[in-house]
Amino acid sequence: MSRYHLAQLNIGTARAAADSPEMAGFMAGIVPVNALADAAPGFVWRLQAGDGPGATALRPCGPDIMVNMSVWENLESLRDFVYRSGPHLDYMRRRRAWFHPMAVPYLVLWWVRAGRIPGLDEALSRLDLLRRAGPGPQAFTFRDPYPPPVPAKTAGAHL
Amino acid sequence: MTEISVIAVLDDPVRRRLYDYVSARGDGVSRSEAAQAAGIGRTLAAFHLDRLAEAGLVEVAFARPPGRSGPGAGRPAKLYRRAAAEHHVSVPPRDYRTAAELLAEVVDLTGAEPELQRSARGRGAASGRAARRQAPGQPDDDLVTSALTAQGYQPYRDGDEVRLRNCPFHVLAGNHPPLICGMNLALLEGLLEGAAVPGFSARLDPRPGECCVVLASKNNEH
Repeated sequence: MSRYHLAQLNIGTARAAADSPEMAGFMAGIVPVNALADAAPGFVWRLQAGDGPGATALRPCGPDIMVNMSVWENLESLRDFVYRSGPHLDYMRRRRAWFHPMAVPYLVLWWVRAGRIPGLDEALSRLDLLRRAGPGPQAFTFRDPYPPPVPAKTAGAHL
Repeated sequence: MTEISVIAVLDDPVRRRLYDYVSARGDGVSRSEAAQAAGIGRTLAAFHLDRLAEAGLVEVAFARPPGRSGPGAGRPAKLYRRAAAEHHVSVPPRDYRTAAELLAEVVDLTGAEPELQRSARGRGAASGRAARRQAPGQPDDDLVTSALTAQGYQPYRDGDEVRLRNCPFHVLAGNHPPLICGMNLALLEGLLEGAAVPGFSARLDPRPGECCVVLASKNNEH
C-alpha cells in the first residue's frame, strides 16, 4: 500500500456567473460528474464547500475563478478519470464554452501522505510554485509527473 | 534496425496481410488464426510472423487457450499482437509532428478549440462526401466501415456499436487529450454528416488502448 496519495487542484476563469444561462451546461454536469468521480477506482476525497454543488460556490482566487480539488490513490487513477472516462472527457471537450483560456498553468498535482487531506491554501501555494518554478517534485503536471517521495533507508539495512 | 529496414519488412503482400490482420485484432492472435485469415499455411505464416516479430512490428506472448490448464493441457500457444511502437520514415525529411505539437499548444493557450472543432467537422464532412461519391449505392454500414478503415481507425463491430481499435493521433492525443479527442470527435461527426448516414451517431467513450470515439448505429431503433 502506497504511503502517498496524489492531490490535485485545478482552477478556471468562468465566462459568466454560475447562475447565468451561459454556464447552465457546466452547472448541470457538476453533480453527475462528481458522482462518477466518487465511484471511480482510486478516488479518495474531493473538496465540497460553500453554497453550491461540489466546490462551485467557492471563490478563493477572485470573483470569476472557480476551483476544484481532489485526492486520489495514485496518478494513473486520476488520469484515467480525467482523460479516459467518457463523461469527464466530454465535459472537458466542451470547456471553452464555459471557461476562458489561461496562459499560465491552471492544474497542479502533488503528493500527500496517505490519509492526509490538504487544505485549499496548500493547494493554491502548490499552483503558485508550479507557476514560478515549473514542474518539480513538490508541484507537477500530467505532462511532467514526478514520483512520490521515497522513505530514506536506515543505515545498515540489508539489501 | 533502421526505421527504413523495419518498414521494408512489410514489403511483401502476404506478410502485409498478416500484419494488417494482427494489427486490427485487439487480442493476441495465434499462428493458425493468422494463417487462415491470410489464406496461407501455418508454416509460412509462422515464418512471416517471426520476421515481423524480429523487426519489432509484432510482439509475442505465450498463453493457454481458455479452458485449458494443468498437466496435459498442452504447450501454451504463441500469440502475436501489434507492437505499440510507432515507425516513421519520411523522404525527404519532414517533421509534421513538431508542427502539430506547437499548433496544439497554441490552440490550447488561446482557447481556439471551438474553431478547431468547426474546422475538423468541415474536413470530416468533405471526406464523408467524397466517400459517398465513390460508392453511391453502398449500404451505410459498409460505407462507414470502409471510410473509417481508409483513415486508419481500424473499426470493429461491438453489438450495435462500431469501436475503433486505433487512434490516428495517438501521441498527440496523449499530450492534449480534450483538445485532440474533441477534434477527432468533430472529424468523425463531420464524416457521418458528409456521408449522409443518418442512422449513425458518434460520441466520446474511451476504452483502454483504443480510440476515444464510438459510433452507434441506430438501425435497430424504432
